[in-house]
Amino acid sequence: MAVLPGMEGDIAAMPEHAPMMLLLRGGVVALHEGDVVTDRFFVAGGFADITGTRCTVLADKAVPVSEISIDNATAQLEALSEIWDKTDKTDMTRLSALQDQILAVRAEIDAGVGNA
Amino acid sequence: MASLKELRARIGSIKSTRKITSAMKMVAAAKLRRAQASAEAARPYAAAMRRMLGELAVAVQGEGGVPRLLAGTGQDKVHLLVPLTSDRGLCGGFNSNVHRLTVQTIRRLQSEGKTVRLLPVGRRAMNFFSRDYADLIVDHVTGVSGKEIPFSVASDLGEKINALVEAGEVDVCALVFNKFHNAMTQVPTSQQLVPMLMEEQGAGDVPADNVAQYEFEPDEATILAMLLPRNLQVQIYAALLETAAGENGARMTAMDNATRNAGRSIDSLTQVYNRTRQTNITNELIEIISGAQAV
Repeated sequence: MAVLPGMEGDIAAMPEHAPMMLLLRGGVVALHEGDVVTDRFFVAGGFADITGTRCTVLADKAVPVSEISIDNATAQLEALSEIWDKTDKTDMTRLSALQDQILAVRAEIDAGVGNA
Repeated sequence: MASLKELRARIGSIKSTRKITSAMKMVAAAKLRRAQASAEAARPYAAAMRRMLGELAVAVQGEGGVPRLLAGTGQDKVHLLVPLTSDRGLCGGFNSNVHRLTVQTIRRLQSEGKTVRLLPVGRRAMNFFSRDYADLIVDHVTGVSGKEIPFSVASDLGEKINALVEAGEVDVCALVFNKFHNAMTQVPTSQQLVPMLMEEQGAGDVPADNVAQYEFEPDEATILAMLLPRNLQVQIYAALLETAAGENGARMTAMDNATRNAGRSIDSLTQVYNRTRQTNITNELIEIISGAQAV
């Protein structure tokens, strides 16, 4: 079973799941083997394609949670906030793209902190 | 006949050429390994994305407001060709194969009365096409074939193409590039990007009637709006990686041939050199002996 961070909430992909396609937000993809979590990957957004027999995740960036560098992510967050401050506040498409990026980095930090 | 001194100079110069070509071969071989790995690593991602898009396309079929990137502009008048080449030469027929396929396509399209636009990528393509087809070039990108290709190159290119399509300036867009097969062979390929061509379903794929039951979250249009530009970039990036791998493979093969040819040249020149030297010695002896006999 794989638990995916969907744009509108987490979704578990299991065998015989109805075919589904979803947008991912920045978050952790957890692979379960029975009751045990075998692998946890942080993904910074992307797409997932679930069918009864497989689950494909196309991520913009994927890091095992154990390898997340909180320092890097924090630096990235600071850089993004700076860009946010400088961005024209009427440019909605740019702002929402930035917001998604900031949320993804925050999720990365949360995942890293939770793991440490 | 060339003098001994000339022959010596020629042998020396070919020897140094051989040194250069064999060094270039080594460098290309080392780069090839890395480029090949990343090109092959990118293939499943690009394929998975194409498959997802295919399923998505089936779902939105017949609905209004399908983005132009997917369905095209509904016309077939203006074709944009994007030949991908390297920045540097000395890689055999690698770039000329792309040029040839592009020129063939241009001629065919023009004879059908279509308008052709070019967006050459790589300095080689830029130089080649600015000679005969300068008026067709809308834009160009150079300096991409470094050691590592940043994804931003592909995303910039994707955005450029997207803008052209959305503005209705281009109806059909295709990449022309060398698909990496192995170090010896690169296959010049033309891949249509806009409108999206759906690939035939492979044996292992989900049958088409299953596809229609897909659920989408948030909804088709939103996913499509995110996936389409991303897909364009990924396909371009995959093609750029194939080009980089192909370039190094082609250079390695070309330089291997050059090194071997230089060796052969050196052998035959050395033979001529030795024979000439022997002739000179014999001639001198004859002169001395006949001189002595005459006394």
